Amino acid sequence: MMQRHKRLLLVLGIVAGVGLAAWLGSKAFESNVMFFFDPSQIAEGKAPVDKRFRLGGMVVKGSIEKTPGTLDVKFQVTDFRHTVPVTYDKILPDLFREGQGVVAHGRLRDGVFVADEVLAKHDEKYMPPEVAKSLKDNPPPPDAPAQPARGT
Amino acid sequence: MNRFVLPVIIFLLLAGVLYVGVVHSPDKSTMVSALLGKPAPAFELRMLGDPARGTFSSQRFAGRPWVLNVWGTWCAACRDEHPVLLDIAKQNRLPIVGLDWRDDDEDAMRWLTQLGNPYTVVVVDSEGRTAIDFGVYGAPETFFIDAEGVVQYRHVGAMTMEVWEREFVGRIPHSVSP
Amino acid sequence: MIPELGHFALILALVLTAAQAVFGLAGAHRRDDRWQAAVRPAVAGQFVLTSTAIGALVWSFVNFDFSVLYVASNSNSALPTFYRVAALWGAHEGSLLLWAWILSLWTLAVAVFSRNLPPTFASRVMGVLGIVSFGFLLFALVTSNPFERIIPSPADGRDLNPVLQDPALAIHPPLLYTGYVGFAVAYAFACAAMLEGKLDQTWARWTRPWTTIAWCFLSVGIALGSWWAYYELGWGGYWFWDPVENASFMPWLAGTALIHSLAVTEKRGLFKSWTLLLAILAFSLSLLGTFLVRSGVLVSVHSFAADPARGKFILWSLVVMIGGALTLYSLRAHTLKSNAGFEGTSRDAFLLYNNILLVIATVVVFIGTLAPLVNDALGMGSISIGQGWFTSIFPWIALGLVGLVAVGIHAAWKRGRLGESSRRIWLSLAIGLVLGAIVVYGAYGPGKWLSLVGIIFGLWLIASSLFDPIDRWRRKLTLSRAIVGMTIAHVGLGVCVIAISTVESYTVERDVALGPGETLALGRYAYRFEKIDPVEGPNYDGVRAQVTVLRDGQPVTVLYPEKRNYWVQRSTMTEAGIESRWNMDLFAALGEDLGAGRWSVRAQLRPLIDYVWLAAGLMALGGGIAASDRRYRLKNEATETAPAPNTAGAT
Repeated sequence: MMQRHKRLLLVLGIVAGVGLAAWLGSKAFESNVMFFFDPSQIAEGKAPVDKRFRLGGMVVKGSIEKTPGTLDVKFQVTDFRHTVPVTYDKILPDLFREGQGVVAHGRLRDGVFVADEVLAKHDEKYMPPEVAKSLKDNPPPPDAPAQPARGT
Repeated sequence: MNRFVLPVIIFLLLAGVLYVGVVHSPDKSTMVSALLGKPAPAFELRMLGDPARGTFSSQRFAGRPWVLNVWGTWCAACRDEHPVLLDIAKQNRLPIVGLDWRDDDEDAMRWLTQLGNPYTVVVVDSEGRTAIDFGVYGAPETFFIDAEGVVQYRHVGAMTMEVWEREFVGRIPHSVSP
Repeated sequence: MIPELGHFALILALVLTAAQAVFGLAGAHRRDDRWQAAVRPAVAGQFVLTSTAIGALVWSFVNFDFSVLYVASNSNSALPTFYRVAALWGAHEGSLLLWAWILSLWTLAVAVFSRNLPPTFASRVMGVLGIVSFGFLLFALVTSNPFERIIPSPADGRDLNPVLQDPALAIHPPLLYTGYVGFAVAYAFACAAMLEGKLDQTWARWTRPWTTIAWCFLSVGIALGSWWAYYELGWGGYWFWDPVENASFMPWLAGTALIHSLAVTEKRGLFKSWTLLLAILAFSLSLLGTFLVRSGVLVSVHSFAADPARGKFILWSLVVMIGGALTLYSLRAHTLKSNAGFEGTSRDAFLLYNNILLVIATVVVFIGTLAPLVNDALGMGSISIGQGWFTSIFPWIALGLVGLVAVGIHAAWKRGRLGESSRRIWLSLAIGLVLGAIVVYGAYGPGKWLSLVGIIFGLWLIASSLFDPIDRWRRKLTLSRAIVGMTIAHVGLGVCVIAISTVESYTVERDVALGPGETLALGRYAYRFEKIDPVEGPNYDGVRAQVTVLRDGQPVTVLYPEKRNYWVQRSTMTEAGIESRWNMDLFAALGEDLGAGRWSVRAQLRPLIDYVWLAAGLMALGGGIAASDRRYRLKNEATETAPAPNTAGAT
């Protein structure tokens, strides 16, 4: 019957549509999920080399190097066990400073983290939760100096 | 009836997840200092009160562990933690140095007179230089410095007995008598 | 003295809200006239007391009473009066009191305007609102008392967070809360209907104006927040898909679905259980937003200081209020059946598709916002969802919605064969295509193809929306406020889509280092950094740069971006230099001193960006006009009516 055919088509259409939407949705999700890695995980080679991810840690005191007159800046991020060098070429947020927590988004390139976004917040007590948790879960050994990380 | 129950069920599942999230959120609020494991910055500051009393140097506690508490009368949470500090002081385990940060002397003295003084000594950091050296970003903050003068722990926010017992008392070597 | 008075008033208010809840709900259940008669006085009393409490806090702020802990933490002797008042909602305790006060205001409005409602129904509505008020006041008194004293009182306060010392941000929370809290009324209407066991078209007619007005406030509140972020956060962005932004956007999406679903329920008696669910959902999302921001589970630019104890309290209130309503729903919804059918191209159907898309949008934002939390709670590690999740999905949903509106507003109820109207629809589309092509290829040049589609669809929607009203006006037919309001709101949507499509594709942005005399070329424009001078304000100091903007080599204006250091809170703020022209914004913000006399500067050309917020204003205006339509002010008590006559124009 016409009516039944119409209904069947409608139902199939909806199922196909939902299936397609779910598939597209999961692809969108996958490509936008960003995982968090601390410098030690990068040193252990756990961080991806081809995907954008979040790096968090403390900005090492005295590590901020700016090329005078340009926006290029280099600094180091540490979790007191390993350190990762970071480069960035845009305006740094107002609250970015040495000895404070920071989160950067970007990619690893030859062991250097090339950041395309550096985050800070309008809150005087800024410590990204993942950084705090990571530092708390893996307290630095008492005397080990921070080692440069070698991302693959 | 069936499909109308779905929303409640979904909601309760979500509430469960949120509950777990809330319960775990304190894990994320501990702050760490770049000073951890490094020698505490030395300072010599004026003591609160009569100028004739002179200065106090952080070297005075060399060879024994001590606590530094950064506070100010303008700081709301310092008010909250004050009773806890008084209780801690009564235990008499460690000397507590109060760093009166960017404050007014008279207000500070009035505060201590009215509320009680838990500090072994109070030094005045009106410019905030020492606080900057310690990486202090807000008050109150409390540091544990060991007998070698190395910063071993930093607590940001109001002190609680739980933190004291867990993080500070635990770090006292047995040779230090109460 | 005054703070104690405020505190005491708050405690009394708590008692009265309990009375309001008990007399309202139990009174209706027992059909006790005397108890029900006590509800409105309880509401009035509670309003007066809550007003006293908030008045006491305002007084404390204005009079520099730093012995009140909250005032000391959020104010300062150098703070201008306007901000001393706004500081009331600068942090958690005060903003919660504001929430409670706005709720009491809405409840008072319900008490005043509900005289023509059946008494038991009105009592139940106010009773439910009493429960919500009770929850918030209890929360305030137990965990977040704004009247706590600090003794000895500090000589001066800690100052209001400089980020909040701005006119737009000062009024953004009250407007936003008025919206959020307003959805409580729809929620209360829904609960009352479920308790009565009856939901008809009249119910929908009562609920609509309340919901629409709340939605208007929420729209303006969100737009203000976005505008503020644009000029104050210094980087020229207007929407970041930040968890707290999303927390306000989700109720808005659900609210939009709700006002449209209510239209169907009112006109055709359909979608009853769906409308009920949406009413619960909209307010639930408001409550969820409150939870997310104050509990510490999500960390974001906007969140208040985290406190797990508060988080738990709010969570329990959520369970009671939302869980309770949804349980009621599971018990009662199945009794609400509608029998009328409708065709696939009828107005009813289009509104159904619209609702589906809006709910999908809400779910998308929900997933993106809560996924990190869920992931972490389930112990699967810490993730964050990049903006790409939202920006890759949302445009499609938005385009779908725009298309549905452009077509659907011409559909008639129930039967709506589009035949007669298809001419208008195609004509509007043609107009959209032509104008869109002209705009894109003539004015701006090729950009993202999605933007082209967006611009065409937006123009299509505007043309399509204007067809009927203009036609009716020319034929001297009545134009009800409902139609005018609807048209303006839909035009607003079209403008919004066009503006966003344009901004996303044709923004020109550069971060550069500039020294005095140096120029940055941006298309036909150029920014020349002239000089930088020190500057001082009431509670800050800093620097101000002078940037001359040239167009085709000729100076057209000067921008003055600033960098300010607020003394007391020791924080740095970036004040962008912005000039709004009719078709774009010229934007410059200072980064930092790079040495050698040069500063990092973010320079932007933002085409049509002001129309994004203007569009929100249009939508709110349309909603307001529609809500003031005559039929909501009539005092009749019609019961289930026959489907409305086939007036294709009105919703």
